Amino acid sequence: MRRRLASALTPYALVFPGGLWIAIFFVVPIVAMLSLSTMSGDLLTGFQQTFSISNYADVLSLYHEQFIRSIIYGLIATIAVIVISYPMAYWISLYGGARKPTYLFLLLLPFFVTFVLRTLSWKFLLSDDGLLLGPLHSAGIVPQDFHILATSFAVISGLAYYSVPFMVLPIYVALERINREVLEAASDLYASKVQTFLKVVLPLSLPGVFAGVLLTFVPVTSDYISAEILGGTGQVMIGNVIETLYITNSDYPQAAALSFVLMFALLLGIFAYARALGTEDVLEVSAA
Amino acid sequence: MSATVSATTGSAPPEVGSAPGSGTTAAISLVGVAKEYTSRRGDSVRAVDGIDMAIGQGEFFSMLGPSGCGKTTTLRMIGGFEEATEGNVLLYGEDVTNTPPNRRDVNMVFQSYALFPHMDIFTNVAFGLRRAKVAKREITDRVKESLALVELSGMDTRRPSQLSGGQQQRVALARALVNRPRALLLDEPLGALDLKLRQTMQIELKRIQREVGITFVYVTHDQGEALTMSDRVAVMNGGRIEQLGTPKEIYERPATKFTAGFIGTSNIIEGTVERMDGNLAVLSVPGEGRAMVPVDSPRTGGHIELTVRPEKISLCAEPPGDGCALPGTVTEVVYLGTSTNYTVTTADGTEMVVFVQNDASAAVDLDRGDRTWLCWRPEHGYALGGSGQVESERPS
Repeated sequence: MRRRLASALTPYALVFPGGLWIAIFFVVPIVAMLSLSTMSGDLLTGFQQTFSISNYADVLSLYHEQFIRSIIYGLIATIAVIVISYPMAYWISLYGGARKPTYLFLLLLPFFVTFVLRTLSWKFLLSDDGLLLGPLHSAGIVPQDFHILATSFAVISGLAYYSVPFMVLPIYVALERINREVLEAASDLYASKVQTFLKVVLPLSLPGVFAGVLLTFVPVTSDYISAEILGGTGQVMIGNVIETLYITNSDYPQAAALSFVLMFALLLGIFAYARALGTEDVLEVSAA
Repeated sequence: MSATVSATTGSAPPEVGSAPGSGTTAAISLVGVAKEYTSRRGDSVRAVDGIDMAIGQGEFFSMLGPSGCGKTTTLRMIGGFEEATEGNVLLYGEDVTNTPPNRRDVNMVFQSYALFPHMDIFTNVAFGLRRAKVAKREITDRVKESLALVELSGMDTRRPSQLSGGQQQRVALARALVNRPRALLLDEPLGALDLKLRQTMQIELKRIQREVGITFVYVTHDQGEALTMSDRVAVMNGGRIEQLGTPKEIYERPATKFTAGFIGTSNIIEGTVERMDGNLAVLSVPGEGRAMVPVDSPRTGGHIELTVRPEKISLCAEPPGDGCALPGTVTEVVYLGTSTNYTVTTADGTEMVVFVQNDASAAVDLDRGDRTWLCWRPEHGYALGGSGQVESERPS
């Protein structure tokens, strides 16, 4: 009897600590933020709950430019990351041999240095009198008004750079799961190397690309560090706006409303994407 | 070379441009083929150590041996998945040693079946035909025909994961055969199936091979499988061919101790040749027993190994007037229903296995510890290595 009770309670015991953690640090704050987003007032006079949705209308009209920019940056960075990461994952998985673990470790090595520090070192490298442009400017090879910092290129590069491992790893795992005899079968059935890749390897690795896109697009679109350090006034992203509203302006209701708009936009985008290319459908689409 | 240039189902193997149209051209020839691997420490391992053989058109040919004997590597060299370090692989007289798999007119059935998991059965089977740019309507017809051949009609839209192991096996077979290759290579295709299904598939495979008339090259470590299905068997060990012959030759006249031990159960009696009696070498055996074996050339005083199959020996109460007879004690009795296996230990400690059929005339009823006589005809015995290699030509 006692044993049966114990085994009935085991699942709850296993889920409880993590569940509690999520309840306290995710659900409670999000409810608090939701409530905050419909308040009005300011820091001096205090915020009152007025259940007004005017904050939402305000942030949409005020910050739609940064919003659209963030999504475009996110899309470009994600595509760039796929283009950079797929060949890497492909090579490590199919030709890495016994050194695969070494290559994966090298890929993760930059994570041992904090993101802010890495981005700051980019700034040092790319600044007008930095290691790269300094000599080029003084030698007159590039015009004096040629900059890299404070351009969209710099910000997107920073975003893409950070995400490469998050794209390589899921693609690598998907490629590792492909039975090597299946590739030999394709070649046995008269497929050239290119045909084997397009008809067999690529479709079977798409679930990895799907996972990589989720892990890249969401954090990149809401990022603010890259734009903060590498961007200028023309590269402000929605993450920077939220940060400014919160930290500098102390306009908590607007910041909360903006955060929710961003969250729903991302969720919607992801659901639309999953629907168009759901893991099961990914396979069906590619088989045709 | 495209898959479309091939024989029609049911007829003899195709006529070939480069080879004369006569039936004498071997479908596959290996000339001094060897494969050497270099390990990470730098030393080389010879997985296949110089193989010469010719596989005839329409033949069901098996390579049989324990794991690591080089049989799969040899098959993969025929398929083009491994490059031979030495020697040549010929397909209908044409040297294909350095031709990649997608340009070889042979198809393979893989051990893991290797079906494309993201394609339905129809697309799987049509894969080769589409790559070979066969006309759309013909593809549909041939895929249907091929699925009917393996008795999977109507499964076109299923996914491989929705099929049982045996069905996946059949799809793999259909996917290869639909291309009408010059030879079909099978790498332990029944290894993952359970015993019952394996036996059914053995008969099935043989039927399909007869129906399509394509050369089958079959790799297995299961001697029963090789004996049941093959026209000829190459017994392999340590990267070399130990013996090549028909199942009957290999079973009844094993050339080496390895073959005798690997195929079925063999009793081996060692002794010295005492004298010759016609073409029979008479062995010196302890006690009042008699053992002789036919040999090609007279020899006396030499060491000789005599092998005799368990079902050729009978157990007698008294030694018969002629033939071979050895006294012994029953040390093990295993009742198997249709037959009983006796282990009899002779005076010098040699253990001999005897299969006795439990038929209507069954008169033997012995227990452990009983004394008995092992009796067999001299011509049922066989001197190992003594009669020379049984290197038979393939049956015409």
